[in-house]
Amino acid sequence: MADFFFNTTLGAILLIIGQIFLIVIPLLLALAFLMYADRKIWASVQLRRGPNVVGVYGLLQSFADFGKYIVKEIVVPAGADRPVFFMAPMVSLVMALVAWAVIPFNDGWVLSDINVAILFVFAVSSLEVYGVIMGGWASNSKYPFLGSLRSAAQMISYEVSIGLIIIGVIISTGSMNFSGIVAAQDSNYGLLSWYWLPHFPMLILFFISALAETNRPPFDLPEAESELVAGYQVEYSSTPFLLFMIGELVAVVLMCALISLMFFGGWLSPIPGLPDGIFWMIAKMGLVFFFFSLIKAITPRYRYDQLMRLGWKVFLPFSLFWVVFVAFAAKFEWFWGIYARYTVGG
Amino acid sequence: MTDYTRHAKYFLLQDFYQGMKLGIKYMFKPKATINYPHEKGPLSPRFRGEHALRRYANGEERCIACKLCEAVCPAQAITIDAEPRDDGSRRTTRYDIDMTKCIYCGFCQEACPVDAIVEGPNFEFSTETREELYYDKTKLLENGDRWEAEIARNLEMDAPYR
Repeated sequence: MADFFFNTTLGAILLIIGQIFLIVIPLLLALAFLMYADRKIWASVQLRRGPNVVGVYGLLQSFADFGKYIVKEIVVPAGADRPVFFMAPMVSLVMALVAWAVIPFNDGWVLSDINVAILFVFAVSSLEVYGVIMGGWASNSKYPFLGSLRSAAQMISYEVSIGLIIIGVIISTGSMNFSGIVAAQDSNYGLLSWYWLPHFPMLILFFISALAETNRPPFDLPEAESELVAGYQVEYSSTPFLLFMIGELVAVVLMCALISLMFFGGWLSPIPGLPDGIFWMIAKMGLVFFFFSLIKAITPRYRYDQLMRLGWKVFLPFSLFWVVFVAFAAKFEWFWGIYARYTVGG
Repeated sequence: MTDYTRHAKYFLLQDFYQGMKLGIKYMFKPKATINYPHEKGPLSPRFRGEHALRRYANGEERCIACKLCEAVCPAQAITIDAEPRDDGSRRTTRYDIDMTKCIYCGFCQEACPVDAIVEGPNFEFSTETREELYYDKTKLLENGDRWEAEIARNLEMDAPYR
């Protein structure tokens, strides 16, 4: 049996498909409950109750919503470019899911252990913007188009600083592989040896850029309910809209996973002595997601010029400075060499 | 505040830490909203909801067709026709309220000399068609019978202030 899976082509393909399902199905199931948690946290901060009717404490709300989206009518606007119109949500979802191929959940638990994993993630998540642009353009309507233009500019602006932030982490580690990045954070000091301490300003910058990159409040300008109604999603209904929503949330969870891996030591235990494992990874992602939801509840939306000013005039110079700083700190081993923890090469 | 401290606070995201602190504090406070269809908020005795025509304790309808409510209604939602009944008393043959016109100002119940037309405590009378909201005399009397206990209590509680 093992021979079939490891030594024949068909077996290998089946094995990979099995692994894909093993990642995607728990991910989508978790997503349903994360959407519920998001709404519940948002509601409690505003002293509301949130969904509490479907299932115990409303736990099945997302599944009810899912069912509702599926059975609704798909409205295609007259003059819409039909193939592009339907391709846009799929691009958005598929690109968000593809990036999970290189995310490890535990030591060795990764679908594709490539050595440029971090570049792959950012290459793929940059393509997500195409879903938004295609959706806005193919709708053949003004507000979606305006929303998608804004979104494109926003996502590209913040990708620049995200790119510079990860360079700092890469310099410290000497590896672009997530397992390597996590291994570099492993030491006898538990949570004090993770990258959040030496790279603390970058953690904050990365978190804020992740909010902008995934179009979450306070940077949800593409949606901007008050002025653009729902931005590029205006003309979407039913299942295509659901795909957009899932794609967006998958991207958010992906950012949670990236923050856990790069700054909080992934599956490493925070207290020396406790066993490492996938539950630490899940707990850390959950914590980061909690802050995503909390930020959504407490912040008003940024104006468009504020968003651009923040991205280009604050984040970009600061992260650029940090790259130079980390480069020197790693080369000359300043601060007892905490910036130079090479796992491979050096 | 000098420019430097303001910039420092901006750069250190002071507003966001304060916001997060406040957000987390509020998360654990008791909820301000209620489970609406199961729980309902308190209503004032003066609440102006769905209309009702009341009766006396012996079953005689109160309305004497004086048409004061029809005259005072600012939305002109009330239509009344009247004729002498067989026993010689003046009664309405038709008492219609167009609930889609009504603005729930309560002038009709203020004008009524015999407390016949009142606005009861019911506010859950949505319908699936517009036609169902054109109330006639039967419907209004039915409402009166259904809500009499609550209406009588509300009138009694409000009486000292009139």
